[in-house]
Amino acid sequence: MDIHEYQAKELLSGFGVPVPRGSVAYSPDQAVFVATELGGWHWAVKAQVHSGGRGKAGGIKLCRTYHEVSEAAKELLGKRLVTSQTGPEGKVCQRVYVEVAEPFEREIYLGFVLDRKLQRIRVIASSQGGMDIEEVAKKDPESIRQIQVEPAVGMQPFQAREIAFGLGLNIKQVSRAVTAILGCYRAFRDLDATMVEINPLVVTKDHRLLALDAKMSFDDNALFRRPAVAEMRDSAQEDPREAQASQHGLNYVGLTGDIGCIINGAGLAMATMDMIKYSGGEPANFLDVGGGASPERVAEAFRLVLSDRNVKAILVNIFAGINRCDWVAQGVVQAAKGLRIPLIVRLAGTNVDEGNRIIKESGLPIITASDLADASKKAVAAARG
Amino acid sequence: MSILIDEKTPVIVQGITGDKATFHAKEMIAYGTRVVGGVTPGKGGLTHLDRPVFDTMKDAVKATGAEASLAFVPPPYAADSLMEAADAGLRLVCIITDGIPAQDMMRVKRYLMRFQKEKRTLVVGPNCAGIISAGRAMLGIMPGNIYVRGNVGIVSRSGTLGYEAAAQMKALGIGVTTSVGIGGDPINGSSFLDHLALFNEDPETRAVVMIGEIGGPQEAEASAWIKANMKKPVVGYVAGLTAPKGRRMGHAGAIISAEGDTAAEKAEIMKSYGLYVAPSAAELGSTVAKALAKVS
Repeated sequence: MDIHEYQAKELLSGFGVPVPRGSVAYSPDQAVFVATELGGWHWAVKAQVHSGGRGKAGGIKLCRTYHEVSEAAKELLGKRLVTSQTGPEGKVCQRVYVEVAEPFEREIYLGFVLDRKLQRIRVIASSQGGMDIEEVAKKDPESIRQIQVEPAVGMQPFQAREIAFGLGLNIKQVSRAVTAILGCYRAFRDLDATMVEINPLVVTKDHRLLALDAKMSFDDNALFRRPAVAEMRDSAQEDPREAQASQHGLNYVGLTGDIGCIINGAGLAMATMDMIKYSGGEPANFLDVGGGASPERVAEAFRLVLSDRNVKAILVNIFAGINRCDWVAQGVVQAAKGLRIPLIVRLAGTNVDEGNRIIKESGLPIITASDLADASKKAVAAARG
Repeated sequence: MSILIDEKTPVIVQGITGDKATFHAKEMIAYGTRVVGGVTPGKGGLTHLDRPVFDTMKDAVKATGAEASLAFVPPPYAADSLMEAADAGLRLVCIITDGIPAQDMMRVKRYLMRFQKEKRTLVVGPNCAGIISAGRAMLGIMPGNIYVRGNVGIVSRSGTLGYEAAAQMKALGIGVTTSVGIGGDPINGSSFLDHLALFNEDPETRAVVMIGEIGGPQEAEASAWIKANMKKPVVGYVAGLTAPKGRRMGHAGAIISAEGDTAAEKAEIMKSYGLYVAPSAAELGSTVAKALAKVS
């Protein structure tokens, strides 16, 4: 689960990470009010959307007058911001963050990830802040410092010092950097994050450190024990079908093709989508109906897939293990009544013959398939029409 | 011989009194698995499915001599149950649970390291279908009837895709020694490599199918190990060619977030290390047949 910059800053400052003073605004008037409350002479007005690359997309505006603040907010609010990460539809900006802008002397990159190879939290720091870290890794790997956290004891101050001294900070800056680094680590650990990124962490003329930008992502599996984080979910930043799917316990990812997919099991779902592509078609979505393919679940799956108007045919591939094929077939027949586009069903596993019989005897124009290859060929042909 | 479990392995079911656990324990018993008891804290002393229930894993092991367990414990208590099983000295725990926080598994892996390698519990899962030694024992939730006993091992991140492989093989008259689901999570108890090493030493296994998917380093690591160590042919497949970058495809671990994470890259790596890569998911069985033909 992702959160906005302003939420990440709120969480991180609770762990002692220094952030610039700022506040959220929902209208140009509010933005101006925030600027007056903050005081100072320069402000950054930043679109709050779940995406990186906002600056390049015009989503961050530096302002010197209240009028500029108002105009910036007016330009950003209520519009969709299209960045290199959002796809052409962009993401809707419903709030801006107005922050005091002050000059700084250095930009540092600071990132935390759960490294799958090491099975540990890894901290990455670079003196080339404000840039794409993947670019830096390619062009200037020497500038990157990394440490691994030992899960038995957590991150230790000496490790944060190693990073800070390694970045060439002076002693006044080092102790503040250690506070910031350890604060981010503790937030990562105590909130079950999967990613924390401060890019850039800046150093001011008077040796203060500030997290100018902050990104945090969280482990969906841990939200049950992090209600404060779970509350920060912003469904407006998600594909509405995906939000709806997760409400019904379904796993859905929208894609751009025209063959809708309903499958049990994430691996089989991905493999089925691959088969469709292999057979010359394009999947419209990933959808894992999960272990219990009950009639209600199947019906909801159909509703979800059909809400994508690009879908020209639907492929159902269910490998019934504990669920029997005849039970699944009943759910499919129910959900398929009144369907106006071709439906291809491939059942496998327990009671498959019974399941296929139920489908044939339903009188509905459902195309049955025997195996993966057969199913995807039929689906691709049906979508071509 | 099969690996990990057979009809003699005494098994405890952790969380046995729950509805799902009861259902699957019944199936396992019907399949021939030697289920000797269960653990549900607070329900010690009860009898369930004609077997004793204990409050703690230590009590259960002391009374039954259990060697392995199947853990059906909800996410908030799952890591705790794994550590308890390791502390009680089990050699194998298979955890079905989907939804365990990643940092909990990180801590479980660290905990396991307090035991010396020879005595360390092997954890299979989480978020997996389990383990089945065809015709001998089942420690999981798979449909037993799709497996016929034979000479090919399966190790897979995906449950249903593993069933698909077994079914395709069965249709060609090819049977299975053991099928292991290592699960779909980013940090799992054991990787492809761990089970390939076991299959390598199993005299009955003549070939292995490794079913991977997008996300994570395990397919690449396994492929390198295979090239250096494996004495038997390995068929590989990676699901997720159409998966877009950065999106989680169902499994918590199925996400393209680093170099080498894509299905195409992994398939290339597998090929370069000498695996027989199935060109599509419909050709898992036929590729195994080809690989077996090469060795006989």
